[in-house]
Amino acid sequence: MALSASSCSGGKSGVAANSNEILVGHVGSLTGNEATFGISTENGVKLAFEEINASGGVKGKKLRLLSLDDQGKPEEAATAMTKLVAQNHVAAVLGEVASSRSIAMAPIAQRYQVPMISPTSTNPRVTQTGDYIFRVCFIDPFQGRVMAKFALDTLKAKKVAILRDVKNDYSVGLANFFTETFKAGGGTIVLDESYSAGDSDFKSQLTSIRAQNPDAIFAPGYYGDIALIMKQRVELGIKAPLLGGDGWDSPKLAEIAGSAMDGNYFSNHYSPDSTDPAVAKFVADYKKTYGGAAPDSMAALGYDAAKILADAMNRAKSLSGSDLRDAIAATKDYPAVTGKITLDKDRNAIKSAVVLETADSKYKYLTTVAP
Amino acid sequence: MSKYPALKSLVPLIPWTAAFAVIWLFNRFVANGINPYYFSIIMYAGINIILAVSLNLVNGFTGQFSMGHAGFMAIGAYSSAFFTTQMLAHQPGWMESPLSSFSLFLAAILLGGATAGIAGVIVGLPSLRLKGDYLAIVTLGFGEIIRVVLLNIDAVGGARGMAGIPALTNFAWVYGFVLITLFTITRLIQSRHGRAFLAVREDEIAAEAMGVNTTRAKVRAFVIGAVFAGIAGALFAHQLMYLNPQTFDFNRSFEIIIMVVLGGMGSITGSVAAAVFLTGTREALRPLQEFTKVDFRMVIYSLMLILLMLTRPNGLFGSQEISSILKLKRKKEGARG
Repeated sequence: MALSASSCSGGKSGVAANSNEILVGHVGSLTGNEATFGISTENGVKLAFEEINASGGVKGKKLRLLSLDDQGKPEEAATAMTKLVAQNHVAAVLGEVASSRSIAMAPIAQRYQVPMISPTSTNPRVTQTGDYIFRVCFIDPFQGRVMAKFALDTLKAKKVAILRDVKNDYSVGLANFFTETFKAGGGTIVLDESYSAGDSDFKSQLTSIRAQNPDAIFAPGYYGDIALIMKQRVELGIKAPLLGGDGWDSPKLAEIAGSAMDGNYFSNHYSPDSTDPAVAKFVADYKKTYGGAAPDSMAALGYDAAKILADAMNRAKSLSGSDLRDAIAATKDYPAVTGKITLDKDRNAIKSAVVLETADSKYKYLTTVAP
Repeated sequence: MSKYPALKSLVPLIPWTAAFAVIWLFNRFVANGINPYYFSIIMYAGINIILAVSLNLVNGFTGQFSMGHAGFMAIGAYSSAFFTTQMLAHQPGWMESPLSSFSLFLAAILLGGATAGIAGVIVGLPSLRLKGDYLAIVTLGFGEIIRVVLLNIDAVGGARGMAGIPALTNFAWVYGFVLITLFTITRLIQSRHGRAFLAVREDEIAAEAMGVNTTRAKVRAFVIGAVFAGIAGALFAHQLMYLNPQTFDFNRSFEIIIMVVLGGMGSITGSVAAAVFLTGTREALRPLQEFTKVDFRMVIYSLMLILLMLTRPNGLFGSQEISSILKLKRKKEGARG
């Protein structure tokens, strides 16, 4: 019975789109443990909207952002999503960063037929909910393959050890896809060790890895644990470099690991150091608008999600849910900051990844790996 | 006295039955016309009422300080959601007729309540021999254990959470169970067992001296509280359609404790009022963010709690009920007139 509840009575709140505006919603973790994720994304989206509005808007109308906080909780994200679609009648929704929150929001977008674009949710499950859910980032399996290719082709590695976070779905997924591709390319996995997020001593795992003398160690965890692993790797005198995924990307990595972070490699969505003029312009604009801080991946992907939405709105026959959905689905070779984006039939982005080297407590752009 | 004493004993049930009918009619004719956003707030308010009232039985009426209510809610939510998703995976026909989906969901809710109740016995029996701070810490630890165990069970999704739960919860389910909760707990408090709970709260040694089996009374209250938390969890799971262990961390337990304390320890009316008030305010403060551009919501929410606790340290209703307040007023007016 709840399924049929779709009427749109009820009062409007303080924010309602007038005829010269298109209201677009954003749900993000603006407060809570993962506040930097939500704030960065919001900054990226805002920057994109300012640019679009300065150049005449979409179909002669200005875009207006309505951003709601979910405190990093799935149930809050679902409530915020319901408010955006049922009360504010937004044309589309951008968000969420984390897959768990996107999965909670997706059934609501699908039920009310409002297109939703997640900037950074990499779990494959997110877009499987229905044909109104899109994403502009690559998915977990792709990152595993990128690093396996990188290990084989660039590092010429033959033997790799794996150190995975068993409690983290993301880490387990990346490790599995890495193993698959690396073995198919003729490499061997000499050891598969694991830890649980929040551990502080990794010496026993690292000692057994050292005994196997691998060419590289694949450790696709989050930055907090990885920073400690980096330190202990140096203490134990292991020469093999660590390889990882976008979970490494945080200013905290350098803060905790210090000089121990040097000489390792990870895959990421984009690099602020890229020589691409579009990237350079985005980085310069972002720094100018937000007081000098370089945009992280979240900001870049938030920017791209907003740009792709606006591009689709321009192409769409009307701004109704189904027309907009079809226009977003037809996105092909869009020149975004994080690479050329094409949306495939499963509404996932096909795009390139970059591999960064950690050097001098910073990230150094190394290479771009095409899909 | 009446000619039909058996019928007379049914008289107090009349208002409850009438309330059931009203809820059913509301669900049938009005609920679908409500804006889905307000509707979802109404649903979460109902679920919070069940949680707050059931925790009040333990914390308010029996005087034990439990901090693990979210753990029981998680058990109810996960077991019921696992049940419905598995049933539908093997036999999708369950959703086709209203009768079969009704019986499926009823079974899921009862299962959620039962598993939470069993967990209540397992945790309650050893830990309720402890008192005060110790019990609080044991229950807090229990809640965290549940969360970590759920994180590691792959069958229910582990860290990535459990998606694809059917949307079975509706207005009648939530408020039907709100009524059942209120009915059970008010009747229980007025019964012989309820008197034992109150005696334990007031003075455990005196209660024991008077022949009350205090451990048994405490476990009884604890398990009943856990069963209703499990039911609330089942309703929650089929409302949100997605579960994540993170949702049931100790913050969730604290939210329920806040409702109980704010409403008044030992006042069912208070718990209901506080649950509705706190669920509503959090959303009512949302438009504020559209003007200030910064989310002050939780700051204002916290300030409000501090102010309320300073001005009404015993909570909104203390240990009084709306019925006794109304009676008192009538008496005063009667004396004046």
